[in-house]
Amino acid sequence: MSELAERVAPAAPAAPELLALGDDALIAAQRLAEWVSRAPTLEEDVALANIALDQLGAARLLLATAGDEDELAYLRDDHGFRNCLLVELPPGPARGDLDFGWTMAWLLMLSAAQLLRYTDLAADGDEPAAGIGAKAVKESTYHLDHARQWTVRLGGGTEQSRRRVQEALDGLWPYSHELTEGIRDRWLALVEPVLAEAGLTRPADRWRPDGGRAGRHTEHLSYLLAEMQSLHRAHPGAQW
Amino acid sequence: MSDSEPLWEVFVRPRRGLAHTHAGSLHAPDAGMALRHARDLYTRRQEGVSIWVVPAAEITASSPDEKDSFFDPAADKIYRHPTFYELPEGVEHL
Repeated sequence: MSELAERVAPAAPAAPELLALGDDALIAAQRLAEWVSRAPTLEEDVALANIALDQLGAARLLLATAGDEDELAYLRDDHGFRNCLLVELPPGPARGDLDFGWTMAWLLMLSAAQLLRYTDLAADGDEPAAGIGAKAVKESTYHLDHARQWTVRLGGGTEQSRRRVQEALDGLWPYSHELTEGIRDRWLALVEPVLAEAGLTRPADRWRPDGGRAGRHTEHLSYLLAEMQSLHRAHPGAQW
Repeated sequence: MSDSEPLWEVFVRPRRGLAHTHAGSLHAPDAGMALRHARDLYTRRQEGVSIWVVPAAEITASSPDEKDSFFDPAADKIYRHPTFYELPEGVEHL
């Protein structure tokens, strides 16, 4: 970590791993929420909103182990967040895009990693981490299944759907290294069979952007936080 | 997209011992996705423990035009109802 990053980062939280997982889930929930009312079909709209709410639920439980969930979600700047870079990326090749194939490839990569992290948490963690992991495992299993179903259908669909989901995989793959640090072999064992079933090419391992776990983020996170935090910052302590 | 996705009828069993009942319908490209959409749409609030999805096109339904010939003849045949039996004592749920 650079000297500057050390100075802007907050004091180390009690459970950095839980905070990182919680931030992954929180930022993923916010990204998925962008699909609400804009999914390809009504059915998929509800499915994506369900997954977003699952992510938000896991995020709340995980953040609560690290401190006050509202303060952590609404009052940290981007340098204070410990999510991996993958979750903050926009749902398409460029900011402002909303690409369904992109989001399915993103969800496939993310939910496979979350399933493994939560499984480990349930097996190794002390309470309350083990309980959170056990609950989230079931949800992640469903998210992974949803992403797998669509990846296979898009990969085996039309020429356009196959090309676009392959482009998404190629674009997102570099960010999988930070996502799967320490669990990469197990993660590949989950993801590679899906790509094979979908007739997609497993991208080569080249560029490995990271820094999210140390608070060094892409500019996309700043825009996301600006939207997510604006209400709380304008009306501190606002309640429904 | 829905134009290319057929309609499916969804049946949900609320709990063990009860029959599947019609919950609604949805659009999906195939049976696997229909089942998953049904889970998301119709069991969000723990409404069920089992789901069936059936292609709506596969259902043969009675026609409203045939309502009189189908159902009215049953109206005056009271001997089809088991109302002339005396119930033994202790029998419940009849």
